[in-house]
Amino acid sequence: MNWETVIGLEVHVQLSTVSKLFSGSATKFGAEPNSQANIYDLALPGTLPVLNAAALGMAVKFGLGIGAEIGRRSVFDRKNYFYPDLPKGYQVSQLDFPIVGKGSLMITMDDGSEKVIGITRAHMEEDAGKSLHEDFHGMTGIDLNRAGTPLLEIVSDPDLRSAKEAVAYLKKLHSIIRYLDISDAIMAQGSMRCDANVSIRRRGTKEFGTRTEIKNINSFKFVEKAINFEVRRQQELIEDGGRVVQETRLYDADKDETRSMRSKEVANDYRYFPEPDLLPVVIDEAYIAAIKATLPELPDARGARFVSEYKLSEYDAGVLVATREMADYFETVANGSGDAKLAANWVSQDLLGLLNKHNWEISQSPIQAQRLADLIKRIKDGTISGKIAKTVFESMLHDTASVDAIIAAKGLQQVTDTGAIEQLVDTVISNNPDQVQQFRAGKEQVIGFLVGQAMQLSKGKANPAQVNELLRNKMKAK
Amino acid sequence: MALDKSEVAKIAHLARLHVNDSEAVEVANRITDILALIDQMQSVDTDNVAPLAHPLDVVQRLRADVATATDQRQLLQQLAPASEDGLYLVPVVLE
Repeated sequence: MNWETVIGLEVHVQLSTVSKLFSGSATKFGAEPNSQANIYDLALPGTLPVLNAAALGMAVKFGLGIGAEIGRRSVFDRKNYFYPDLPKGYQVSQLDFPIVGKGSLMITMDDGSEKVIGITRAHMEEDAGKSLHEDFHGMTGIDLNRAGTPLLEIVSDPDLRSAKEAVAYLKKLHSIIRYLDISDAIMAQGSMRCDANVSIRRRGTKEFGTRTEIKNINSFKFVEKAINFEVRRQQELIEDGGRVVQETRLYDADKDETRSMRSKEVANDYRYFPEPDLLPVVIDEAYIAAIKATLPELPDARGARFVSEYKLSEYDAGVLVATREMADYFETVANGSGDAKLAANWVSQDLLGLLNKHNWEISQSPIQAQRLADLIKRIKDGTISGKIAKTVFESMLHDTASVDAIIAAKGLQQVTDTGAIEQLVDTVISNNPDQVQQFRAGKEQVIGFLVGQAMQLSKGKANPAQVNELLRNKMKAK
Repeated sequence: MALDKSEVAKIAHLARLHVNDSEAVEVANRITDILALIDQMQSVDTDNVAPLAHPLDVVQRLRADVATATDQRQLLQQLAPASEDGLYLVPVVLE
């Protein structure tokens, strides 16, 4: 049977304000339980919300970043449900008039193909607290530090057709949010969270199948795994003559499966209504223009500039602009070394490999961009070969001395002195009479082997071009 | 539009209100009366009227993003029936 997968994502990001959406409580991560929960967050009678200007600004900034419509007049609503980590008995959210309307972003797949994914809307709302279910002699512990933290919920159109597309979308969203600097967006810490709406339908049909909503996905990897599991489950269910039930399912990363959350006795019925404690939020053109002026160059634009300005391939540019920090790092190396192509290779291969190996962020790199630029300069001016540069790079990890000092201390300068290279070449010729014979008999490719021998003998320090030339001359002369 | 007892029970549950059987009929009748009033209001032509989010004709004021609240945990937890290790304790809830 030929099935098509349909996915829409709901992504929550915690906006990186210093205070909460509606109260003056701090939002620092990891504080003592309930030390950042004031009378409004606890829903004590008579307390009233006042909207945080920075949270509004960040929401608008996001909207402008994805080219979305901005709600000139947005309205907060109450979403009603009872849970102990939501003391008010309702979450303040936005339903009919969100701050951000229709927009889109473009994703790039591994094969280089591009696809535009629609964004339905994005709205401001407050986060809930946390429930701790263990160890309180039959009671549940409630920490309300997170309650009231500003969230932006970003809802995609059901435009995604595979788990891979969903991951590409999420990564692009993450990248834009980091460029805009409106959230840490760290999935493992919960400052970026993702719910996936998944359904399948027979290829060619127009109507959507019944969808399930998967919650509790806390890494990019798990997004792919959870969706793939759920798609397989729905296919098997339908092919066995069953029906998909609309429900919320939890992803269990340990077992790599989704399972039904014990369905609440009454289906979600949130009875939204306008929040009477908050007035409509009205913003004018001047406000929007002021925020527009603060927008940084975003990844798509920056990638295009890398292609035109530094002559990078689309692929390299795409890798380098994935995070703002990486793009900044690359530009420092490219401009500092004067060789963008070498800079791109070193950053996207050696540096990125190093970071991945140690699970470091680029900000944690032991090698600063300027030092990498210095290293590349020494390759360019012939002081060291590209191969020796890798050795220097390794040393730079735990040696904070300058690149030149490391090269000098380890005696790694490339040997360009003709006398020294002649000696090398003579040794290689006398050690390998057979190969020399073959070369003279016209077997050109043997030269590679002989140059390799000379390089080995010099511990990589000889200039390979010089070795090649001298070898040829000497062998032809005799 | 008339409301029956089972709908009253559902709404009462969502609002976590206890409405016993003998009260349910009376409550159903009263809500039905309110719905009748709403039906009457719905006959008004509102095609060119923007939805009203708030009766006051003013807009929301904003607050600067400053953490002004101080840690009042000790004081506030005196109001709670139970707390431990800085957490408020509530009867067990499980998803």
